[in-house]
Amino acid sequence: MNASVIIFYIISALILGAGILAVTTRKIFRAAIFLLLSLVGIAALYFWMEVEFIAAVQIIIYVGGIVVLIIFSIFLTQKSGDEMPKPLRNRSVFSALSVLFGFAFTYNLIRTNRFAESSPGTFQVKVSDIGTQMLSTKEHGYVLPFEVVSILLLAAMIGCIVIAMKSKPAEAITES
Amino acid sequence: MNEITITHILFVSTALFFIGMYGLFTRRNMITMLMAVELILNSVNINFVAFNKYLYPGKLDGVFFTIFVVTIAAAEAAVAIAIIINLYRSHQSIDVEDAGEMKY
Repeated sequence: MNASVIIFYIISALILGAGILAVTTRKIFRAAIFLLLSLVGIAALYFWMEVEFIAAVQIIIYVGGIVVLIIFSIFLTQKSGDEMPKPLRNRSVFSALSVLFGFAFTYNLIRTNRFAESSPGTFQVKVSDIGTQMLSTKEHGYVLPFEVVSILLLAAMIGCIVIAMKSKPAEAITES
Repeated sequence: MNEITITHILFVSTALFFIGMYGLFTRRNMITMLMAVELILNSVNINFVAFNKYLYPGKLDGVFFTIFVVTIAAAEAAVAIAIIINLYRSHQSIDVEDAGEMKY
């Protein structure tokens, strides 16, 4: 038991505890805050695994972007102090059973599988390496997925505007 | 017990995935279902980084997949919230049971 192991257990407990509370609490705003805690815990796990760049990306995009978006949409659509109705008893019991069975099955496969681990000490992610390989057009370069993802983001942005746009003016034109 | 192996990290990500599945099964509010989907996507990201770190430490492909998954998750959340707001405008509710016009 050295410090790294203890820190890993603390981070895991934070992730799983906040995750369980995020899907079971009945106040929707609290669910969003527990989701935030869980995502911060995942960022801490990335720091623990020494991939600082991914941890920074996780904090910037998830904590700074998606959770803020979710909280805004909660304020737009709900009275955040109200409690949500309880899920049906049958539904929660059978969901818990299926989830527990699925977890036991999957973890049994993971536990009995022998991974061919190499020494983890040599793993280091330099941001310059990520940038070079991301924009490389040679073998193992990721420039094509990079461009495709940029088109996807553009499409998602235009799609969001079109979907969320109020259609009142068009109706007014057709009515008049 | 004295060293964290890949199995420990896979335990965390598997548990997080099934927590997200439980939320997706029991919740009937669209925003909370979206939160459950975010948990599932994050558990997959943990898997990618862990496999990259422990099994192929000389390569970076898991890191790239994580970056792309994060990007696509952000796009997905934005589109989902646009749909939720539009649904709220037409139904005054974001409960999935209330939006059953196209069910049968």
